[in-house]
This record gives sequence, C-alpha cells and structure tokens, in this order.
Amino acid sequence: MTEETTQIVVNGTPRELTVPARELLLDTLRDRLGLTGAKRSCDIQVCGTCTVLVDGEPVSSCTFLTCDADGREVLTIEGFAETAEFDEFERAFTDRAALQCGFCTPGFVLTLKSLRDAGELRGREDVIAGLDGSVCRCTGYKAIVEAAEALAVDGR
Amino acid sequence: MSTPETAAPAETADRVGRSERRKDAAEKIRGRAQFSGDINVPRMLHGKVLRAPVPHARIASIDTTAAERIPGVVAVLVGPDLDDFDPYWGHAIKDRPVLAMDRVRFAGEPLAAVAAEDEAVAEAAVHEVLVEYEDLPVIGTIGEATAEDAPLVHDGELRPGLFHGLGKLPEREGNVCYRYRLDAGSVELAEAEAELTVEGSYDYPAVYQYAMETHTVIADFNDGELTLWASCQHPFLVRAELADLFNLPIGRVRVIVPYLGGGFGSKSYTKMEPITAALSWKAGRPVRIQNRVDESMVTTRRHGMRCRMKTTATADGRLVSRSVRVWLDTGAYADNGPRVCATAGDAAPGPYTWDAVHVDASCVYSNTAPAGSYRAFGAAHLQWIGEMQVDELARKAGVDPLEFRRRNLLRPGQPVRPDGTGKPLDADLVGDVEKAAAAVGWEEPKGEWTGRGLAVGLLAAGAHPVSRAGVRMEADGSVEVNVGTTEMGQGARTVMAQIAAQELAIDLDRVTVQGADTRFTPYDRSTGASRSTTLAGLAVQRAAADLRERLLDTAAAAWGVGRVGLEVGDGGVRGPGRGASYAELIAERFGFAGGELVGEGEVRPEQGSGSYAEGPVFWEVCVAAAEVGVDPETGRVSIERVATIADVGKAINPLLVERQDEGAVLQGVGMALFEEMVFKQGFLTNDTLLDYRVPRVEDMPARMQGIVVENADGPGPYGAKGCGEGAQAATPAAIATALADAGVAMTELPFTPERVWRQIQETKEAQLR
Repeated sequence: MTEETTQIVVNGTPRELTVPARELLLDTLRDRLGLTGAKRSCDIQVCGTCTVLVDGEPVSSCTFLTCDADGREVLTIEGFAETAEFDEFERAFTDRAALQCGFCTPGFVLTLKSLRDAGELRGREDVIAGLDGSVCRCTGYKAIVEAAEALAVDGR
Repeated sequence: MSTPETAAPAETADRVGRSERRKDAAEKIRGRAQFSGDINVPRMLHGKVLRAPVPHARIASIDTTAAERIPGVVAVLVGPDLDDFDPYWGHAIKDRPVLAMDRVRFAGEPLAAVAAEDEAVAEAAVHEVLVEYEDLPVIGTIGEATAEDAPLVHDGELRPGLFHGLGKLPEREGNVCYRYRLDAGSVELAEAEAELTVEGSYDYPAVYQYAMETHTVIADFNDGELTLWASCQHPFLVRAELADLFNLPIGRVRVIVPYLGGGFGSKSYTKMEPITAALSWKAGRPVRIQNRVDESMVTTRRHGMRCRMKTTATADGRLVSRSVRVWLDTGAYADNGPRVCATAGDAAPGPYTWDAVHVDASCVYSNTAPAGSYRAFGAAHLQWIGEMQVDELARKAGVDPLEFRRRNLLRPGQPVRPDGTGKPLDADLVGDVEKAAAAVGWEEPKGEWTGRGLAVGLLAAGAHPVSRAGVRMEADGSVEVNVGTTEMGQGARTVMAQIAAQELAIDLDRVTVQGADTRFTPYDRSTGASRSTTLAGLAVQRAAADLRERLLDTAAAAWGVGRVGLEVGDGGVRGPGRGASYAELIAERFGFAGGELVGEGEVRPEQGSGSYAEGPVFWEVCVAAAEVGVDPETGRVSIERVATIADVGKAINPLLVERQDEGAVLQGVGMALFEEMVFKQGFLTNDTLLDYRVPRVEDMPARMQGIVVENADGPGPYGAKGCGEGAQAATPAAIATALADAGVAMTELPFTPERVWRQIQETKEAQLR
C-alpha cells in the first residue's frame, strides 16, 4: 500500500502525517487525530455532515484525500470552537434551538462560517443557496435558517 | 415512594412552561457530543458485513477460507457458527436469524461478518467470503405475496417474540404474519342507506427514515458478559432480547446509549446488535459495526402499503360508514410490522362518528428488506387516504370541508375506536382544526391551481406504559436525573431536567441528565410512540417528588419539628422562621460533607395489563392545514403554507415543541413529494442519497406555522402529552387534500411532478369524455 507523507496545519497546529495514499481526510481526522466533530453519513458528498474547511473552503472530508490537503490548512469544528468568532455562532444556534440530534450541526456551522468569510451570507437568499449541500433530518431547517439570518445581519 | 399533594414548590410554572436552552447545545455545536461511532474501546476491532446479493435463495455453500487468510482478519462469522443455540430473534415474531442460516430472504441480508484490525481489511475480507446460491422464486410485491399458491417467505409456525404486545398472535395465513380486524355495526346495511359514496384504491411507498447517524454498535462479549454501546432507542428491550438470544441473565447484558444522530423509529427495538454481539463472541474482542447508508436502508424502512377504502355519507353531509382493506409489506422479517399493522388499523376509521366501520389490515412477508417503525407509523399510512375521502364527500354534499369536519368529528370523551374499546378521545379536535384552517387563510380567496386542505387524525401513542426513574441529590445539592429516555434530538434531557428542577425548586443548571446505561439506569420501556415526556417524564416527576419528601423529612428531623409548614424553595427547605440549603441538610443528615439522597418514581399500567387493546396511553393529535400551488405544465407542486397543531396538553418547553413539529413537517414534505424506495424484483434500486432524495433547505414551505395548544388534558406531568409524530402524519395528508382541492386528486404517494402531470391529463380526458 502506497503511503504518503503530508504536511497539514490542523486547527492551527502543523502536523506531519504518513498515511496511505487512499486515506480520506475524514478518517485521518477522526481515527488518527481524534477529531470526531466531523461525522460520516452519506459517503458521497451529499449530506454535508463531514464538512470541514480546507484553506477556508468547505469540503466533504468523506471524499477528500488526506494527501490532497498537503501544505494546506484544515479547520474542524473543534478548532473553530476555540475562536472568539465562534461564540456568535453558538449563540445563534443555541438561542433558537437550531439543532436537535446535533449530528449535522458542526457541518452547518462550518459551512456558514465559510459563507460569511466569503461575504456570501448577506440574507435569506444567500442562506438558502449556501446551505444546499447540507442536510438536516431533524429540524426542518426553519430554525437553522433563522440562526443563519441572524449571523448574516449581526455579522458584518 | 409517594406523590404528595402538598409541599410542592411555592413558585410553580417557573421551570416548566419555559423555552429553556437545550442542555446538550454546547456539546453538540462544538462537536464534542459523543455518538456510538465516536467511541473507541481498547482492543476494539472493526466489523464488516457480507450482505446477500440476491433476494431469495438457498445457500448451497459458504467458504471463508480465503477471507480468514487475510492478514489482520481476526474472525469470520457465518451461520453454521451459531448452530449450538437458537439463533432467532425478533421482538414481535422470532423469525430472524442473526445471520442467514440456510436461506437468504432479502437482498442485503447479512450472510457473514468479518472482524479485523482495521476497517479496510475487514471490507476486503468480506469480499473473499465465497457463497454459492440456488435461486428461489422472488416475492417482490404485496400482490405476489398474497397471490394464491404464492411461495412462502417463511415455513413453519410463527414464534411470538418477547414484546409483541398484541395478545395471542394469530396463525400465519400464507405470507400474512399478522392481521388486525375491527368491526362495529353493519357496514353493508349502512352503505345501503347512505346516499353518497366515495371509493378508491391507494398506494403508499416504502420510505427510508434516514437518521443521519447510521446504525452503529460496539459489542464486547467477554467472560459470559455482554456490553454494548449502541445507537438504539430502546436499550432495555435490546438488553432483554440479547439476554434471551445468548442465554444470559438479563443483568449480564449491559447496554450503554450515547447520543443518537437521529432515530425517527429506525433505531427502535433490536437492529444490528445481535450480529455485532455474535461477531465479538467469535472474535473474543470488542467489535464495532457501523452501517453505511445503503446498509441502513436495508436494515429497516417504512412499510409500503396498498389500501382499498370506501366511505359513505348522507346527502346532507353526515358520515355514515367506512370500510378499509389494508396490506402492509413488512419485508422478509416481521420487525415491528404487527404493531404497525394494528396502529394502521386503529388509524383507518379516522376521528369521526360512524354508524358502521369495517377494518381488515394484513401484515405481509415479502423478499424485500424488513420494515419497522418510522415516525407516526400507521397514521401516516392511512390519514391522507381517509381525509381525501372525507373531503370528496364534503364536496359531494356541498359542505365546506371545515364545516363538514365540525359536524362529524369526535368530541372529547367519545370513544375513538368504533367498537368502544380503549381510551376515549382526550383532545379538542374541532378547536384544533379550526386553528389550523385559520392559519392558512381558509376563508381567503384563492387563484386557479391553488388548493387548501385540512387533515385531522389520531395516532395511538405511548406504547406499553412502564417507565421508572431515579433522581439523586449529591452532597452539594446538585441533582442527577437517571432516566432511560434516549436523547436522539427531541430534547428529552432538557425536558427531564426542567421537570426535576421544577419539583425541587432548583436552578436548571444544577441538574444533569445522562444517557441510559442499563446497569444503573432504572427501567424504561422505550423511546418512541411519543411517550417520553408523558411517561418517563411522569416517572421523573414522581421521583423528584419522592426525593423532595426525603428532603422535607430530613429538615423536620434536623430541626425537631413536624412537617407542617415546611416547603421547598430557592434550592433548600424553608420553614417558619428558618431555612437551610439542600447541601446543608444533607451535611446535617450524614454528619459530614458527603452522602446522597435518592428518590424513585414509577409508572405502570393503572388498570388492566396496559395492553394495546386497553390503550393507548393517549391519542396523539395529527392536525395540519396546507396551501399548495400546482404548475399544470410540469406537474410540479409548491407548498405555500403549512400549519400544524401540537396539541400537547402542557408544553414543558414550548420552543422544543415547535421545533419537533417543524422537523416533522419537512419529513412530511419529503413523504408527500418525493421520497420513495424503489424495489424491483426484490432489489432496492435507489440506495444512495443521490437517488433517494431527502428534503433540503430549498424544500421548506414558503410559510410554516406551528401552533401549540395547551388544554392540560394529557396524562403526563402538568397535564402534558406527547408530540412530534402527529405533524408527520398530518402534513402529507393536508398536502393531499389541498392538491385535491386544486383539482388533482392523487391516489399514489409521493406526488411527483410526473404523477401529478399524468393525473391532470387523466382528469382532462375524463372531462372530455
């Protein structure tokens, strides 16, 4: 089995990882680094529950090779939760009970962060378009959309 | 144990009836909440399952030699490994082997399981297990299963499981494994007298619950003791079934339940636990099996259904009779099919007064993946059909559908079951449907290709009423609620904490609620059937009240006074001229800064056995209204407005009640418009989330309104009763009646653009003829 050595900055910490070339970023994060906030569900880039940010862009880590993150920065929910910016996201979701089982929640939060960073979280239309790749089976989306709108209005 | 009427906290409605923040919010948003798949047990192996590639076959041979030779493989489990004991399980009917023994009954049935040091090795080894099959005729549909001389999916007698709860199981008739009948009055005579008749045949597809966390189990079978970490809704029933299966005393099986990534019924009863436990037994080490989505889709699903229904009324709009024939496809194994069948039969008459009703519902085996529970089962199957027929009769009688319902709906206290058995109506349905209608602008003018619809139904809720709970106060006055309810997103831990905080007059942040560990947590039958707030919540209320008694006794003894005039408040006990915090009282009792006080609470059937026929615990209200638009060119349906009723008696946490119904509405939109598992000759043809579409954010109705109704008419704490399922049955039904109001009366779910377009063309052609 071919192994590759990759340099990745994970949540601000530089890591050197030697992993099989076929290893998925989701498995590296969960099994090697113990970062289990990203979850596995659909395996085919539909549901968004494995979303992490690579150089600020949301990616489905279930279909993203770890070696393709070489030289890049990965942010997971555990890393984002350590930042001051996170508090606002946490309040927006908590105040509205915009989560239920919580399995998809980190993916939604990171997706919204990336949208906001890109200036693409300006209102409801942006929210609907931007969350197209994120599935939540519990909430019916209404509360999540409200939380996202609050982040858009409050945010910038 | 006691439930005193006095000495309750002075300031009532302080901690219940408030939209407190979810206690699990921070863990979940920060990605720290632990799910079964996040847990690593020392020496844990990874399991993968070989699933049958054919729907019906005899297993001619099975060869594991090559798989066992792969480095890293620790164990390969096949049917013959289980020859030494009775390998069959099933809570309703004991019809399901841990692994296919001599015969495959559905495509996707587990044939072998491999435990290996890592997942990739296990996956590779699974494909090295060589199986030879002799194909058998495939029963792929209800029609094929019920045909005369149909081959049998199961031979021999049906053995009842531990928890079917349906009295004596009837004998199997062909492929029918359970049959529910209800007769009241003479339908024949009633039909002869009625002036208006509506009759039709309807189809309901199999659908997938899609809990985003797939079924995940870690099993550690060690020295005659079995420990599991499982994504299961009913840990105590799983424990009993595994003890029975592996011949262990119940106390030697321990089930620990972390957070669940959604349930919706898909994790009710036993699912992947037996095979994971057996694989751990063979490997001699802990093993984790985590399904992929395509595996969970064939682990459990909602029953597909065919239905014939006939409803009659008088010319002036009084409902007279209803006759219903139902066939539910339970797949290769019964799972919860018998209960689904009985609940569907219960929901079939609808909440109206009748002169005569006939219901005949059959639960049928086929060579498809097994079907079990999914939110609002039974009611979701029947409500859309019954309500479309009610509307058609209203139209024929020239009566507005809302007024028609006012005239015919049951009133509180009237028997719900037409044969007079079971619990009478415990809700104000007329008030409920009026509120829903008003919320979608019932009286407002509407344009062409726009329709508005109402749906009213009832769902037998509560399951068997057995729940226990313990509330423990530590030496510092903080409290742990030990209750078996599984937190799967509904907010149970928050609600249970609010109830305990209310009874003990303490701050919510002093209360902790953990998941079930059957070794320590008091018994609770299950998390499902909208029962937790009502039954487990009542047990928590009683346990907290019991603890309160001990605290008051402690204070009385410490102060050398009687109990009169003592009350709890502000985190302590107060009496005339004195007071002490709980921590001070516990220190007083034990003479140092340690010790604890524990209260117990129990809920059990108050009369009779609590059986299904005597139940339900309460009737869950299923009321919604919708406004839809139809594009006649494309057949596309847009949902403009949905209003749902959460008739909850008392909302312990109003915001969480609303959130439950919002989730149910979107699942209902999926059911109504696009969700469908497509089986062809027993093969599931759309087993990915690309092919099986679930609602996305763009599918939200333009306007959604959840209305919380609090009439304090429930049997739970503070008059509460359960919610969260009703809206799932009512939403597709209201969409169906709204669509019919727009001129497109559908007979098959989901209402895809193609089907809607075809129905429009057929209606046009019929008008030309």
